[in-house]
Amino acid sequence: MAKLDLVMFEEEFSQLQAIIGKLQIECSAKVVFLVDKNGQQIAASGDVKSIDATSLASLTAGNVAATDGLAKLIGEKEFSLLFHEGEKDNLHISIVGKRGILVVLFDMNSSLALVRLRVKKASRELQEIFERVEERAQLHANESARFESPFSEITDDDIDKLFGD
Amino acid sequence: MTFINYANREINCKIVYYGPGLCGKTTNIQWIHEQANPEKRGKLVSLATETDRTLFFDFLPLDMGMVKGFKVRFHLYTVPGQVFYDASRKLILRGCDGVIFVADSQRARLEANIESIANLATNLKENGFDIRTIPYVLQLNKRDMPTAAPVAEMEELLRFRGEPVIEAVAFKGTGVIETLKAAARQILMELQKN
Repeated sequence: MAKLDLVMFEEEFSQLQAIIGKLQIECSAKVVFLVDKNGQQIAASGDVKSIDATSLASLTAGNVAATDGLAKLIGEKEFSLLFHEGEKDNLHISIVGKRGILVVLFDMNSSLALVRLRVKKASRELQEIFERVEERAQLHANESARFESPFSEITDDDIDKLFGD
Repeated sequence: MTFINYANREINCKIVYYGPGLCGKTTNIQWIHEQANPEKRGKLVSLATETDRTLFFDFLPLDMGMVKGFKVRFHLYTVPGQVFYDASRKLILRGCDGVIFVADSQRARLEANIESIANLATNLKENGFDIRTIPYVLQLNKRDMPTAAPVAEMEELLRFRGEPVIEAVAFKGTGVIETLKAAARQILMELQKN
């Protein structure tokens, strides 16, 4: 595989969850999602059940990827911030570190200025945790003897069962 | 790039269906969406033109069940096959864990298949992957067409690394699950090796 897999352990996951939970409250957002650039949801906070989070993660990543492409076309490194204004709800999308996307869904109970302010602080905190996630994944990749890999004992039967009725 | 979440005990893998325009990539995913247990699959997201040609991607999440205490999910994506959507194809390949190449068996499309594989190799390289080592399956679709080239001829032209080759008629579902299974096997075994 070309790049290191994204491996999330309980400690860092709880910290990420705490930060986006705090962000959701502090900016009075309906929902806050943390998504990875490949389209997978990492964490969420708020009225999550009201949204198809899997589709949102995939579409957000596609949106960011397409915008990245546009940025490079015009000589920019990236557009780190995207804002979509709706009639009732708005989406604030920002890049966190190398591989994270922070998505804030808010309505008239909040404001763009407040969201931008709170997101700036939360992004710094999230970035530190992403860096720790990568360091820890690298460390465990080198300590394979003590690492509980879910794939270590996978068999053909296990794979066949995935496609069973 | 596989996402392994030890907190939630989840493994997410990304599989990309690649191939020339109208070869059957979207048809594969649509069939899986229609046939899969609704509890095991999410919504099918299709970003398409008014004439139902894939514009950006199709996306289907599948819950595959448990392996060694981990919930395994596959995220299936298709790329737009038309030649001028190359920039988009490159983006969709980001972070993919495996590729299913859907070849159009019709004789008139043999050259398009070859060009598409070359395009895949280039786009994988730009994303830091190697077509010779990434988990990869070749599906020979449209085997029901009267102008379908013989399997041996297609393998001679398109198969290049001893990859699994599955014959398919995607709109009927023939070979669709076998293809996905072969890709899943390759990906999970590769993860085990690493």
